[in-house]
Amino acid sequence: MAHHDESSADSGPQAIADLPRDKVARFDAALPEILKRYPPDHQEAAMLAALRRAQEIFGWLSPGAQKLVADRLGAPVTRAEEVATFYVMYHTRPVGRHVVEVCTNVSCSLGGGYDLFEDLKKKLGVDNGETTKDGRITLRQVECLGSCGTAPVILVDEEMHESLTPQSVERILGALL
Amino acid sequence: MSDTLILTKRWPKNDPSLAGYKADGGYRSLEKALGMPPAAIVDEVKASNLRGRGGAGFSTGLKWTFLPKDVRPRYLCINADESEPGTFKDRYICEYDPHMLVEGIAITCFALDIHLAYIYIRGEFAKQARALETCIEEAYAAGLIGPKLGGKADFKLDVHVVRGAGAYICGEESALMESVEGKKGYPRFKPPFPAIVGLWGKPTIINNVETLANIPWILENGGAAFAALGAGKTGGTRLFGVSGNVKRPGVYEKPAGYNLKKLIMEDCGGTVSGRPVKAVIPGGSSSPVLRGDEIDVSLEPDAIKSAGTMSGSGGVIVMDDSVCMVRALARIAMFYAEESCGQCTPCRQGTPWMWKILEKIERGEGTMKDLALIEQLPGNIMGQTICALGDAAAMPVQSFVKKFRNEFVEHIEGHGCKHGETAWGVSRGSREALVGGNRQPVR
Repeated sequence: MAHHDESSADSGPQAIADLPRDKVARFDAALPEILKRYPPDHQEAAMLAALRRAQEIFGWLSPGAQKLVADRLGAPVTRAEEVATFYVMYHTRPVGRHVVEVCTNVSCSLGGGYDLFEDLKKKLGVDNGETTKDGRITLRQVECLGSCGTAPVILVDEEMHESLTPQSVERILGALL
Repeated sequence: MSDTLILTKRWPKNDPSLAGYKADGGYRSLEKALGMPPAAIVDEVKASNLRGRGGAGFSTGLKWTFLPKDVRPRYLCINADESEPGTFKDRYICEYDPHMLVEGIAITCFALDIHLAYIYIRGEFAKQARALETCIEEAYAAGLIGPKLGGKADFKLDVHVVRGAGAYICGEESALMESVEGKKGYPRFKPPFPAIVGLWGKPTIINNVETLANIPWILENGGAAFAALGAGKTGGTRLFGVSGNVKRPGVYEKPAGYNLKKLIMEDCGGTVSGRPVKAVIPGGSSSPVLRGDEIDVSLEPDAIKSAGTMSGSGGVIVMDDSVCMVRALARIAMFYAEESCGQCTPCRQGTPWMWKILEKIERGEGTMKDLALIEQLPGNIMGQTICALGDAAAMPVQSFVKKFRNEFVEHIEGHGCKHGETAWGVSRGSREALVGGNRQPVR
């Protein structure tokens, strides 16, 4: 069964000071490379990329991580929050060590995507958006991934796996520690 | 009909590197373009009848002429968001021949006096974003882009990849610009159109990946030759991505006026199951559905209008007669409910409402009153929203209910779906066994 007690944003770092210092340093070191893609007078445009980098470093976008990104871009915290909550690839709650996302849109489901999602829910003992008790996998149903000719398709930690069979899915998931 | 290939001619086993692209004649068109007056390039593109490949099918050359003459800077955004369900073509251009796109971008920027271009690619395309990054690095290193475009002393061009983060709406051009600006993807009111007031308030051209990948060929062979490949007012070839219950799914490059039935029954080998085609979504999930007996039509955008639908993004989804239409439509309705950005009330409230009613009918709990409601609701969303997502959500609902009304009535009168566990059809998951894993993009 899934556990909900720890998967709340309230239990994560609330302020920049709550974030691990070494990770904050890594984020700061990565920022110039992101910023140089935008004109000097439009540095706030780096919001999406900066949030992505923060998520890669901190694992998820806690209130503290969102504040860090806003602070470094000179943007209001609400700007970071509204972007982090608008796009589905940002995690504003803690996730498992791996995130497995299954497309169940029409083309994928005609190729077995819906069945695959139902099977994985049973196998992992979780519902949509939940994390396995051991913290290994968060399972999510997602929309069309633009790989309809090679359905069914899943994303594992944002890398796409296509032309899946029950056997290949088992292999891919089995390799996740 | 011509079998000329433009975009896929090197696929899929080609060398995508700069060296490979140049060995096959790549970047000659850029060199040629740099020797032409910019206005002559625009004229060539106008003469080509190139129309936007993202879905709307607007004339590319005409769009370019909307830029105000004396406002600078101008920007180019390349739409690689590819999120319309059933669409999977631009990703392969990015994977297999990214330099063709970058050359198209370079020529376009030179023609339009643009010095900064952003390729906006959906966040889920990690591999494709990496392929583009590598390609752009190569182009910079070779001096093709950067301080001196194509080695030409007085033209600077910077090209960057911007990754989205999971939002269908960001494929809509004004939401795309908001996202490039680092904001949530709320579409803007139009007018003003992006060519007048775009990225950071400056004139901006937004073109789809496939659209711009055609530019090098047009420069090399001339606009007239490109126009001649197509049909009517649509020049060139198009990439059609066929998915669903067909034997050979994949991306097919065909003349713009290719026949839909021929594509499905001959090129794709018909259905996996051998059963009759029941329904075809011809241009991404927002395009009105066709019944199996209505597919003998040209895919040229103006021609297919006569069949009451559109070839939109070229995403063809085929369903055989074992698939439940209520199930399929409910899933499509869920997509639009999930992806509505929430800015306009008719779309924010109407899309989940349509989804819930359809799920209710699929579960067998629907009434004839619900059917009347689902027939009326889409009309109250159509045309009532800032962007086209509202229309995109309404059109499949209207068309499925109209064309397969008997199935909806059956669900209501029979208190359930007669397909039960096989609502997604008998072929689901069986393609591997039937076709031996032929899952490569084909043409």
